[in-house]
Amino acid sequence: MSISRRNFIKGSSSALIAGMLPVSMVKLAFAKPEHNFTFAYISDSHIQHIKNNQFVRNWDQGLKRAVAEANLLDPKPDFAVFGGDLAQLGTKAELDHGAEILSGLRYKNYMVMGEHDYYLDYGEYWSELYGKQYYSFDHKGVHFVVLNSILTYDEWNNRWDTAEQRMGEMAGLDNPNGSPFMVGKKQLKWLKKDLAKYDKDTPVVVFSHSPLQKIYKGWNFWTEEAEQIQKLLNRFEQANVIYGHVHQIQYNQIGNIAFSSVMSTAWPWPYPSTYAQAESHLPILTVPMNRADPFDERDATGWQFMNMHSGRTDLSFNLYSNDNRILKWNAKRNHLEDDKYQYQNNPTAPQKHY
Amino acid sequence: MKWLTLILLIFLVPGQRIVADEFSEKDVERWLAQFEIVAKEGRQLWVSPKLGTNGVACAQCHPNGANTHPETYPKFQKQLGKVTHIWEMINWCIKNPLEGKSLAADDPKMIALQAYIYKERKGVALSPGKH
Ligand code: HEC
Repeated sequence: MSISRRNFIKGSSSALIAGMLPVSMVKLAFAKPEHNFTFAYISDSHIQHIKNNQFVRNWDQGLKRAVAEANLLDPKPDFAVFGGDLAQLGTKAELDHGAEILSGLRYKNYMVMGEHDYYLDYGEYWSELYGKQYYSFDHKGVHFVVLNSILTYDEWNNRWDTAEQRMGEMAGLDNPNGSPFMVGKKQLKWLKKDLAKYDKDTPVVVFSHSPLQKIYKGWNFWTEEAEQIQKLLNRFEQANVIYGHVHQIQYNQIGNIAFSSVMSTAWPWPYPSTYAQAESHLPILTVPMNRADPFDERDATGWQFMNMHSGRTDLSFNLYSNDNRILKWNAKRNHLEDDKYQYQNNPTAPQKHY
Repeated sequence: MKWLTLILLIFLVPGQRIVADEFSEKDVERWLAQFEIVAKEGRQLWVSPKLGTNGVACAQCHPNGANTHPETYPKFQKQLGKVTHIWEMINWCIKNPLEGKSLAADDPKMIALQAYIYKERKGVALSPGKH
């Protein structure tokens, strides 16, 4: 390993960050200027408590860096979103520590619930910090919906002797004792009512932790009621779903709905197709990321900024120590498209390390 | 002297012959079961917060052992500047993301981790040297 890389891994002073960051966003003018704005999106920081006041340094670094970089955005985004899994095992210590780092963000911040925040106490402490587990709001003519999509069957919840055990079982991505994510009947009813108030030409953006599409059940890249939710969203001419959980770039188009994932600030995940024993369904639109470098702990982690225009969201993935990737809305083809890598047969994404 | 006695003894034991390795279905079953026991230990280590010192487990980043590419070893590991076997990369991940202590190549834990990794990768063609 070269010395400069070691220094790079160790150092993450804000001076270093400022020096290497592309902070200016390219804002494009579109038909309805009132719908044009930007927001920042940070997700999956998995703050993990060791003991006393010790936390896993690696994950702390990822989140701190995202907050520091997002604060440098120019022009300033209208708001920020945190996409869930602030904590690893949902404890007060982890949520408090994560919340403290996140509070460094200089923007209004909307929170999404992740399974790692939830299963210790069904999100009670998270709600003390952040309020409602699902809600909606309007911003410059766009309707935003935040779902808690990581609920599951009561039967599974009641299966465990202790809260810690329940949390531990749900925290393992590949745990065969896990249970599929869902929004549940009550929330689905709420969603239906919430969306009914809007005309079909209102742009709608949904933030969820799980994908709201069925990609691979084994790792919960999955939401049980995906089809029902998609049906509700498809009524809108411009519907967008942005989700966390998967720790990798994914994007898709189903009817009027544009899907895109966001990165984790903590660690990357392999694509489900790399697991030889199971079948998965990565959207064919997705040009996958290249392999991550295990010698660079921030490789293939990052955060994103979103450019909202014409009812659609372009995404810029700020990939630490990697060339950034940009997904733009292609109005002719009617789906998101990487601005450089557009087809599965050209899948090698920009990659400095391997 | 001693050798001579030994050789003589072998020839003198009645019915003793030199034969090819013979085994029954029962043997095969037992051997496979032995492998499964060790692979299971490997899986337990895979999800264990105790393998390292910071509570992080292999499974957090490698669900089902994915992205460990056992079929590509031995290979040139660019970052180490030499051809390595998988146990060296396992140690890399123990020392770094898990902030733990490396294991000896023949440590039973190291064998168990590999048994698990290879089991999850069963059926994938060998491809030594592949990046
Ligand atoms: C913080 C995340 C993280 C943790 C935890 C982690 N690894 Fe890794 N590991 C990686 C990444 C990223 C790679 C590179 C993956 C790739 O090549 O696609 C990697 C690569 C490897 C490789 C080499 C694969 C190759 O072809 O170069 C092995 C073997 C490995 N890990 C084993 C382990 C073991 C065993 C553990 C637990 C002791 C572990 N890892 C824990 C992130 C992690």
